[in-house]
Amino acid sequence: MDSAEQSKRELEDIERQVRHLEKAAGENQDARRQLQTLQEQIEALRRQVTTHLGPWQRTELARHPQRPYTLDYIERIFADWSEIHGDRGFSDDPAIVCGMAKFHGEDVAVIGTQKGRDAKQRVYRNFGMPNPEGYRKALRVMRIAEKFRRPIFTLVDTPGAYPGLGAEERGQAEAIAHNLREMARLRVPIVATITGEGGSGGALAIAVADRVLMMENSIYSVISPEGCASIMWRDASKRELAAAAMKITAEDLSQFRLVDEVVPEPPGGAQNDWDAAARMLDERLQANLAQLKAKSPEELAAQRYDKFRGIAQAFTE
Amino acid sequence: MTWFKRQSGDLEPSGEKKVRTEGLWVKCEDCRQIIWKKDLDANLNVCPKCQHHFRVDARTRLAQLLDDGEYTTDDLKLASTDPLKFTDLKKYSDRLTKTRKDTGLKDAIVNARGKLNGQPVIVSSMEYAFIGGSMGSVVGEAITRAVERATDLRIPLLIVSASGGARMMEGVISLMQLAKISAALARMDDARVPYISILTDPTTGGTTASFAMLGDLNIAEPGALIGFAGPRVIEQTIRQKLPGGFQRSEFLLEHGMLDAVVHRKDLKNYIARALEFMMPN
Repeated sequence: MDSAEQSKRELEDIERQVRHLEKAAGENQDARRQLQTLQEQIEALRRQVTTHLGPWQRTELARHPQRPYTLDYIERIFADWSEIHGDRGFSDDPAIVCGMAKFHGEDVAVIGTQKGRDAKQRVYRNFGMPNPEGYRKALRVMRIAEKFRRPIFTLVDTPGAYPGLGAEERGQAEAIAHNLREMARLRVPIVATITGEGGSGGALAIAVADRVLMMENSIYSVISPEGCASIMWRDASKRELAAAAMKITAEDLSQFRLVDEVVPEPPGGAQNDWDAAARMLDERLQANLAQLKAKSPEELAAQRYDKFRGIAQAFTE
Repeated sequence: MTWFKRQSGDLEPSGEKKVRTEGLWVKCEDCRQIIWKKDLDANLNVCPKCQHHFRVDARTRLAQLLDDGEYTTDDLKLASTDPLKFTDLKKYSDRLTKTRKDTGLKDAIVNARGKLNGQPVIVSSMEYAFIGGSMGSVVGEAITRAVERATDLRIPLLIVSASGGARMMEGVISLMQLAKISAALARMDDARVPYISILTDPTTGGTTASFAMLGDLNIAEPGALIGFAGPRVIEQTIRQKLPGGFQRSEFLLEHGMLDAVVHRKDLKNYIARALEFMMPN
């Protein structure tokens, strides 16, 4: 059981006890007053659980197995989805899905990393960790979108690019690097959303966008908390410390202006209500696309350059 | 109860010092031969016996690449502000202070201008001794400035990579440097100004996954470790030992990921030849 879930259960437990006490207390004024304070404490706790989750609890929510994945959002936000497969070089990578879709009547390209829900699907989707072919397919589809002047939406939920033997042989680093450079100069609007895990270069490789949104309970990091802990603390179990030290939550990253917007989620997190989560995301995607569509291709490219040129400045001279 | 006790105080150092041999001789990491340090230096820090390429620091690299070992530097004052106030077992700010003292640099990069066989070039040379040559906001900004400078002045750019990747202690700020540099390289590509990426031991992680793989030519020194994920991470993922030579320059060349593997003594001429091809007459 993850720790967020645990706090929730503890809270429910206390609530049950309070209700029980209420009956027992009857007309005793003193007991009533005490109960009142207890109730207030519960309210405060609940607010804490849902709005002030720690970085590690957010990480657990971002990885929640019942969280909606890319295809779940596509089903709810877009219409007429037609998938486009393959990188034209080696294979079709199921860890990244690409396709054509209608967004409120308008043709758009959608690209996203895809995790599996059951054991078989998880393996098939490689736990949402793309191989180089996935990134090459993504760029190929983005180029088609650019050619026909269609906006691009990307949805990111990946632990990272797959660190495998074949991935290295076929140029994982080159595939990511290539996407970073090419996305920077695409001449159509791009809106990227981190919906769950934004795992380092493997996430950024489809997230060099005019607007980068983060769902409220998503994370974005340069290395997984476990990876950071095992390197810096030489102990992977220090992941909670690492999660806190790296500042990986949507709230933190928006404060550092590394992302443009935080998209709210339904109470308790997107896993509780997929439809509501999709509606909330849909609304922000519409608003951002409308702003971007007002710009010429030259303006878009120039502003995207300025955005990434000016980002993450943390130096003196 | 000990049988013997030291009479009193510390031992006095003897008046005359012995001849120091430490630092005069080096053992080759590869063939284990003992090499006279001066021979190694004269041979561009390549083992004269087995041709193993030793790592060289950023400034030695510049001196080796540029005519008469002469160059001017830029952007050396850039210094990280430790934006996350990052602390693991040590404070990041303390690590910075110590590494700055040890290396004499503010961060893991030296930007320079000089000539290579008479051709003016701009060079960004990475310093592996500075927190593993990791890329945070300073390295990212310095390289971006070098790219922009080269683009504006239409002078070819060389980036010599020696880096473990993005710097964890600056979190996503480090990650964003990949996007920033790559965007600048897109403009440089549009402007048709040459960029040659030189990958040296080691080049991994976010460095490989951005500018190191984006040269008009990507060339490497022999035997350099080059990859996206580190070998240990891959072994843990696939749960088997990696084959010998995996992620070395020659392996990448064989898989079509590099344009050439060039011996250090030939590096200058190879680059000069490429720049002649790329620059208008």
